[in-house]
Amino acid sequence: MYRGFIHVMPKEGILDPQGKAVEGALARLGHADVSSVRAGKYFEVTLAVRDRGEAERLLHEISRKVLSNPVIESYRCDLSEVDPS
Amino acid sequence: MKFGVIVFPGSNCDADCLYAVRDVLGQEGDYVWHHEMHLDRFDALILPGGFSYGDYLRSGAIAQFSPVMAAVRDFAKKGKAVIGICNGFQVLLEAGLLPGAMRRNHNLQFICRNAYVRVENAGTRFTKSCASGQVLRLPIAHMEGNYYAPPDILEAMKDRGQILLRYCSADGKTNPESNPNGSEDSIAGVMNECGNVFGLMPHPERACEDLLGSADGRAIFESMISFALNGEGRCSA
Repeated sequence: MYRGFIHVMPKEGILDPQGKAVEGALARLGHADVSSVRAGKYFEVTLAVRDRGEAERLLHEISRKVLSNPVIESYRCDLSEVDPS
Repeated sequence: MKFGVIVFPGSNCDADCLYAVRDVLGQEGDYVWHHEMHLDRFDALILPGGFSYGDYLRSGAIAQFSPVMAAVRDFAKKGKAVIGICNGFQVLLEAGLLPGAMRRNHNLQFICRNAYVRVENAGTRFTKSCASGQVLRLPIAHMEGNYYAPPDILEAMKDRGQILLRYCSADGKTNPESNPNGSEDSIAGVMNECGNVFGLMPHPERACEDLLGSADGRAIFESMISFALNGEGRCSA
């Protein structure tokens, strides 16, 4: 049993309107030292597989095909083993 | 000509699409629930606007995996006409039936107003009833209409005439002011390489009668009908 953690971020160089909006809001609050805000998504999933290799393969597949849109987003993922009991 | 209007959970422009093709344009039409697997009886498919699956994850991201989409892909592969309007366009992009992706509008607002679009390519089955450079007044209502495609893909699309509609001013000029959502190169509608799949953010089905403020949307459906009636060649990819 594994737990997968996936970060999905807009690709570098592509306009991120939400990140820009947050950046603007922070600036208006007086935080001049904060810049380059990019906003993404975070997912946690449980994978009921026994083999670590299988878990990695599955995690990458769902990250690539569902959780992210590869045209405008990139992802990175981590795994940790969970004691099923 | 028989149109099939796909209905996903959360689609809400299906009734307007059916009304436009059936009641206004006198064609045959039916709703198609997203669990249907057989679409051969239709000449064209419409993926309507709305909020399929609540726009959860990304607009159109979950609808791309709906059971009906296998049949939609098959339909498109056979060279038959598929038009995706607004959320329908988003579904086609997510499904990879059209190149590119949608981002949130650059001003982060849901924009609901009339917009002008210019016909960039009048030589297609979706625009043949229009003149090149013709300006259409069509309503838009979206939060994620900011079209993007990687530069090399965009160049190739331009070369192949796949950009069908661009946002413009009333007198047909493209500039940042007339681009409501920050869409790359003011793009409002694109076609696939084969020329049988079309996606656009504006709503032609809401502009088929003068009573509703504009009848400019008729030309798009009329193009599809004229193309089908003339039995013109199909492209099979």
